[in-house]
Amino acid sequence: MTGLAVSQPVLVVEGLRTEFATGEGHPMVAVDGLSLYVRRGETLCIVGESGCGKSLTALSILRLLPRPYGRIGAGRVLLDGQDLVQVTEAEMRAVRGRAISMIFQEPMSSLNPVITIGRQIAETVMVHEGLDWADCMDRALAMLRQVRIPEPERRLQEYPHQLSGGMRQRVTIAMALACRPRLLLADEPTTALDVTIQAQILDLIRDLQAKTGTAVVLITHDLGVVAEMAERVLVMYAGTKVEEAGVEELFDNPTHPYTRGLMAAMPHLGGAGGGRRRLHEIEGVVPSLMARPAGCAFAPRCELATERCRREAPPLVGIGGTHSVACWVTAGEGVLA
Amino acid sequence: MWPYVIRRVLATLPVLGVVAVIVFLLLRLSPGDPAAIIAGDNASADDILAIRAQLGLDRPMLEQFLLWLGQLLRGDFGKSIYLSRPVLGLIAERVEPTLALSLSTMAFAIALAIPMGVLAAWRAGSWIDQTIMAVSVLAFSVPVFLIGYGLVIGLSLSLDLLPVQGFVSLTEDPVAFVRHLVLPTVALGLVYTALLARITRATMLETLNEDFIRTARAKGLAEPRVLILHGLKNASVPIVTTIGTGLALLIGGVVVTESVFAIPGIGRLTIEAVLQRDYPVIQGVILAIAFVYVLVNLVIDLSYTLLDPRIRY
Ligand SMILES: Nc1ncnc2c1ncn2[C@@H]1O[C@H](COP(=O)(O)OP(=O)(O)OP(=O)(O)O)[C@@H](O)[C@H]1O
Ligand code: SF4
Ligand SMILES: [Mg+2]
Repeated sequence: MTGLAVSQPVLVVEGLRTEFATGEGHPMVAVDGLSLYVRRGETLCIVGESGCGKSLTALSILRLLPRPYGRIGAGRVLLDGQDLVQVTEAEMRAVRGRAISMIFQEPMSSLNPVITIGRQIAETVMVHEGLDWADCMDRALAMLRQVRIPEPERRLQEYPHQLSGGMRQRVTIAMALACRPRLLLADEPTTALDVTIQAQILDLIRDLQAKTGTAVVLITHDLGVVAEMAERVLVMYAGTKVEEAGVEELFDNPTHPYTRGLMAAMPHLGGAGGGRRRLHEIEGVVPSLMARPAGCAFAPRCELATERCRREAPPLVGIGGTHSVACWVTAGEGVLA
Repeated sequence: MWPYVIRRVLATLPVLGVVAVIVFLLLRLSPGDPAAIIAGDNASADDILAIRAQLGLDRPMLEQFLLWLGQLLRGDFGKSIYLSRPVLGLIAERVEPTLALSLSTMAFAIALAIPMGVLAAWRAGSWIDQTIMAVSVLAFSVPVFLIGYGLVIGLSLSLDLLPVQGFVSLTEDPVAFVRHLVLPTVALGLVYTALLARITRATMLETLNEDFIRTARAKGLAEPRVLILHGLKNASVPIVTTIGTGLALLIGGVVVTESVFAIPGIGRLTIEAVLQRDYPVIQGVILAIAFVYVLVNLVIDLSYTLLDPRIRY
């Protein structure tokens, strides 16, 4: 029983479609039939170019899509078996910040500039656990210690502008973990920080995860981050999942032409080369949401594209173990490549 | 903090100085002989000479100014020509109605406009937003005296619900005080409500798009808390500026409402003084209003430091 229970996914997303109403009948589909899962204590990385729908996937899970046009068109978001797409807004509020927390890319703008750091952390605790304010502030202090902020007592009384970017991101982590969530959604938590600070923040997330067993969905542009943090990786392209595998399998045996492109664009993987490179170096651009090609969305940029690719979208198929890929040509190669 | 407050207070002195110069010149530079103007059409040459001596008009400009300034600093604003009473006393008698009307108008506008603006921004683009904005355009475009007379005819003359005109001091009869204030407050307040609602909507709209609002929602906070604690507090600087400016404008601009509703305030005092060319009173009123403007501005400036910790002293 225990073995099974531990491996039960905390979060299962099935066939998520996230769309924007356009007023012209057809909605713009930003995330199209995406499925994923993540287990307790595990880190799933979502990688993909800018605009492929990574943030919208995370925001869909929390039901915080941009109003009034964003909406979940189809799919299920199961948190320990409960479908969050179906629950009331009040039930959803009880999930946000308690069962599922999110940290955002911009530590500069994602904290409220006119409220002290202590209050911002404590109010999450107050809202979800209904403790006395003094106890909430105690928890805030404990959290600041946990994320290793120097002089936490003083920081409690300070405002975000009095902290550096790295310190602010520590505060957002403290805030996100204050109610011991089962799942942490981290949307490019280190992209805005410089390299040494990036490494510290990632270490911190990994440490806290090991202590609390929180499941983490980590969104990133950066394959170096993937190599460091992920147990499993999901590669997104234009709103769909194109490949999914364990991290070693993916780096050993990248199969989708897009994934291969990403790897090729990144010669010093996690190495001493210094500058990590972003995923911009594949020829061509992501098709816009309105002008998505009929067949495989990657076809216009793919060297291997065939007639069939342009006609029909490739289904996601398993190619051994937990490795799956959506490609007419390379899926057939199997593990031979 | 305190050095900043003192600096800000000292910074108002040059402004008050400039106002004093302008008010001083107002009388000296008005066309014709001020003494003759003051004495009126039927005055004899002796009267005019007497007034000239009384006002010190026979001395050099600079000396006149310094003398006058010295009197001001001692709280001597001169005497009304018609009533032969100290100007400061006349103003003091008229302060209560004007202050009561201005404050009640602003309170009315704030109580109505801020919820309206927040609600409109929260549901931007929806029918709620459109309705609120349509109402505010309407309130903004209809002149105060039209609303005033409309209310007088509707509520007082036809329905006999509220007194038509006049003012009762708070100390005399609190209930009558409130009843007399209702109509003028609404008449005057609608314009400010409209203005403040629009400013609130615009700044809230901007604030609600900020990342930290998304963070607040991601923490599981309920919408009222998101809107008021996280949204409104951030949007408060422009809103408070508008409230302060509105208050200053109100105190200066009560002339119309006070006439319509026959309220014996500063506005009425001003009209009477202008009609009678009672220059010392006009000067006193301008100085008093300028002083209030400067004071209100000072309070607004100081409030910023409380509202936004990023504003450094
Ligand atoms: N409010 C919105 N209205 C319309 N379209 C939107 C909106 N927000 C996002 N989109 C579209 O949805 C797509 C996916 O956006 P998303 O923010 O999820 O991308 P992302 O993968 O997180 O990119 P990045 O790496 O730049 O953060 C984008 O192409 C974007 O144009
Ligand atoms: S399906 Fe065809 S076009 Fe799409 S990635 Fe595979 S080979 Fe390229
Ligand atoms: Mg994003």
